[in-house]
Amino acid sequence: MDDLLKDFLTETSEALAEVDTALIKLEQAPDDAQTLALIFRLVHTIKGTCGFLGLSRLEKVAHASENVLGKFRDGSMGVSTFSISAVLRSIDRIKTIVQDLEQHGVEVPADDSDVIDVLNRIFNGEEIAEAAAPAPQPAVPANAAPASATAPEPVAEAETGAVPPAAAAQAEIVAREPARDQGGESMMAKQSIRVGVDVLEDLMTLVSELVLARNQPLQLSRTHENNPFAVPLQRLSHITSDLQDGVMKTRMQPIGNAWNKFPRVVRDIAHEIGKKIDLQMIGADTELDRQVLELIKDPLTHMVRNSVDHGIEKPEDRRAAGKPDTGRLVLNAFHEGGHIIIQISDDGRGLNTARIRQKIVGQGLASEAEVAGMAEAEIHQFIWRAGFSTAAAVTSVSGRGVGMDVVKTNIEKIGGTIDLRSVEGQGTTFTIKIPLTLAIVAALVVQAGAERFAIPQISVIELVRAGGGSDVAIERINETPVLRLRDRLLPLVDLRHLLGLPAEGEEASGAFIIVCKVGVQVFGLIVDRVFDTEEIVVKPVAPILRHITLFSGNTILGDGSVIMILDPNGIARAVGIGAGSGSERDAMGAEARETVTETDKTALLLFRAGGAEPKAVPLGLVARLEEYPIEAIENANGSLVMQYRGKLMPLIGVDGGGMGGGEGRTRQPVLVFNDAERSMGLLVDEILDVVEDKLKVELGTHRPGFLGTATVAGRATEVIDITYWLRLAYPDWFSRNDREAQAGQKRVLVIDDSSFFRQLLPPVLTTADYAVTVVESAAAALKLREAGQMFDAIVSDIEMPEMTGLEFAAEVRRDGAWVDLPLVALTSCVSEADIARGRAAGFTDYVAKFDRDAVLNALAQVLSAREMETL
Amino acid sequence: MTTVMEKPRAGQLAAASEDFVTLTVANQLCGIPVLTVRDILGVQQVTRVPLSPPEVAGSLNLRGRIVTAIDLRRRLGLPAAAAGAKPMSVVVEAAGEFYSLLVDQVGEVLALDGEAREANPPTLDNRWRSVSLGVYRLQGQLMVVLDVDRVLDLSVEARG
Repeated sequence: MDDLLKDFLTETSEALAEVDTALIKLEQAPDDAQTLALIFRLVHTIKGTCGFLGLSRLEKVAHASENVLGKFRDGSMGVSTFSISAVLRSIDRIKTIVQDLEQHGVEVPADDSDVIDVLNRIFNGEEIAEAAAPAPQPAVPANAAPASATAPEPVAEAETGAVPPAAAAQAEIVAREPARDQGGESMMAKQSIRVGVDVLEDLMTLVSELVLARNQPLQLSRTHENNPFAVPLQRLSHITSDLQDGVMKTRMQPIGNAWNKFPRVVRDIAHEIGKKIDLQMIGADTELDRQVLELIKDPLTHMVRNSVDHGIEKPEDRRAAGKPDTGRLVLNAFHEGGHIIIQISDDGRGLNTARIRQKIVGQGLASEAEVAGMAEAEIHQFIWRAGFSTAAAVTSVSGRGVGMDVVKTNIEKIGGTIDLRSVEGQGTTFTIKIPLTLAIVAALVVQAGAERFAIPQISVIELVRAGGGSDVAIERINETPVLRLRDRLLPLVDLRHLLGLPAEGEEASGAFIIVCKVGVQVFGLIVDRVFDTEEIVVKPVAPILRHITLFSGNTILGDGSVIMILDPNGIARAVGIGAGSGSERDAMGAEARETVTETDKTALLLFRAGGAEPKAVPLGLVARLEEYPIEAIENANGSLVMQYRGKLMPLIGVDGGGMGGGEGRTRQPVLVFNDAERSMGLLVDEILDVVEDKLKVELGTHRPGFLGTATVAGRATEVIDITYWLRLAYPDWFSRNDREAQAGQKRVLVIDDSSFFRQLLPPVLTTADYAVTVVESAAAALKLREAGQMFDAIVSDIEMPEMTGLEFAAEVRRDGAWVDLPLVALTSCVSEADIARGRAAGFTDYVAKFDRDAVLNALAQVLSAREMETL
Repeated sequence: MTTVMEKPRAGQLAAASEDFVTLTVANQLCGIPVLTVRDILGVQQVTRVPLSPPEVAGSLNLRGRIVTAIDLRRRLGLPAAAAGAKPMSVVVEAAGEFYSLLVDQVGEVLALDGEAREANPPTLDNRWRSVSLGVYRLQGQLMVVLDVDRVLDLSVEARG
């Protein structure tokens, strides 16, 4: 039998038993709105599911009784014994049909009009003499008693009496029923026992308590040597652990149980909206706690619907994008370190970053300038906000106001995290990480001030000791503590401050930093001491403390004391490290750190403007460094300008820097940026240095005009967002960015693993009137090739993880549509040998990274050379 | 842990007289209906809960159950107890949750005639009046009957 049908039968039998008892209750207390609502809901669910499964007979009966129940519910009709009997009779009929379904797997055709007619007449308010339908009366008492205990079996007998003779075919089947029942049902009973979930829940609670109770004497016995209880305690401890495992197992269910409705759901939606979708489910046998399973069912369904509805394109759109007609939706589940990872990925159109951007600005969540400075992944984070749906049209499938924020909230509620990765045109992958069970979690016990706290291990990445003899130290930028951790900056949160705790005695010489990950955000929590990890049972906090969002619960430790459990999500929210709050780049930095092999060094110009801290800009973007006499700067129409090469050049002060200059200064340092016709000057206080260093923006910022903070030459340095300042001078500087590729415009593919260069190179190229596509790896580029995308030239980085630029070039030259495209290599190491190797791999030209003009010249050259050839 | 007394919450109130557990905070005698009291404990290790309302002294472990402790002195706007004071816990139940009221001392169980209860004097401090169900005149002193639900409802004005 179809799994879907099997599930439906189980659910329906349970629901029917409940309806029976509830109906009897309702008859006794006709005003009980709660019971009525329950019945209505149950019948409604049955009706809805039948319609879904195409069980038309069931649906009709359920529909008729739902109508009558609806009248009861809205008070337009009083509850009478007669009407209740009619409903009960329809329930009995439903049971008969369900039993047939169990036996045959299909609906046995029969006439239900007898039941339906009575219900319809009640519904239409027709007066029916009680005597007109004498048959149902015995059904009520016959049914009432056994119905609550066991649903399907007694029905047969009750039904035999209840069915009016009109339904002859029906009666025949019913008569045969008891014999068949004895075979089928008892077989089922032997294989497994149905145990109420509440019994399992109780068991689990008891075991959790037992674990706690065991921890206490265990801890005590550790402190006493030669304790005569040590050995028996050990044994008790083992048994407890085994028992815990055993009870957990009874609650474990394969995730496939939550998935088994999806093929149908996907098929139906796809059908409805004319899409072709191939659903793959990997790891359906991965087990997780029943309770967790229940809680993720809805979010998962929502996300699957979303992917089908919005993610995957219609066949014609896919064909246009060079993809196969049939979209792929992959569900993947697997265990990873005490957690379950569930991935939902599609090869659809991906998130529409431009539209999200518009929406962000439209809803006033961020200014246009801020949005312009955000990385794509950072912009994508906004979809988690409440009321943020980019669906242009509300369809019947999704876009009904149940947004991704609900999904995220539900997943976070069970201590899980959700993350997304989307590439426009290639698809979206959601990654959900959830604990195996909610009942018992491993937690790290730490101390801040005089208090101890537990942090769930799921969010802890690592522990770092700072100060007190270690070579890591907490640094401060304007009172905000940060930690330089392996060449990246980690924002820190002082737990003691956050919780408003007094310092304990003298300031400890060192501190510990718990590096936590919440979603894609990483931050450090400063604590005074770190103790052990303990298995804890999370208990909810008392209602009067529930408003404190920094705690997810509390528990009792092995030593008997109560301890509060910190909620890293709550902490992140409290300090503003939340979705779309700007430290997304931080996470991208982390991502890059994991895969980076050898980061390219960049020549950076360090300068000072409006503050003592150094600021930086990639030298390659700067056309010239100039110093002009102050008098050369003129004020025209309220803006500063100066004459530069026979034209007026607008001047902008960075962060208030350079305006008018300091006292007694006669010359003004200016960084000049230009493109073919236009120039713009940036006024700074002082040009400090040019250094070669890795440039990795680590901490995002909300300040317009700045990309964030990076460690340059060992100092925290703010990196300016040159696009912002250029726009200030010429609002239309990058307007060509937004244009679609036009006729005659050359299309350039840029491949670079560094997000920073990916961000900086496109403006340079678009300014020179190229249509630019950017990808972050050679693999992604090859996917575009597979997808049939075409370009006029490719600009690629050389040093990249997984597939280097050289390997990529070799692959392009080997075969495929791109085989004779000009390839320009971008690299930081330009020696004769390098160039030779590059040419051997198939690169047409080789340019130093961040030599702006060289890149443009090289592109112009290779493209014109190609045109000559093709002519 | 000294369990002085434990009584289940059950049964009907006696029509005529009612039993109260008496306790003192800052020398004021108070009474709590005995049926709301679940347990009485000696000095307990209380874990402070940061960011909690000031009346919340913290959480304590009552035989495997986590109970929120309310400092009755602070709840009633009284000065804090002297350092080294050993508060006792009166564990009460409200809305299915257990709470511990930290008091200076627990006295005895008194059966008092309902008729002898008098309404709050109109001049009684607001803070007290909001949590008091009335006053009994005992020999030599007055006993204020505390309304446990209102004591635990921290949104009821108590901070003066």
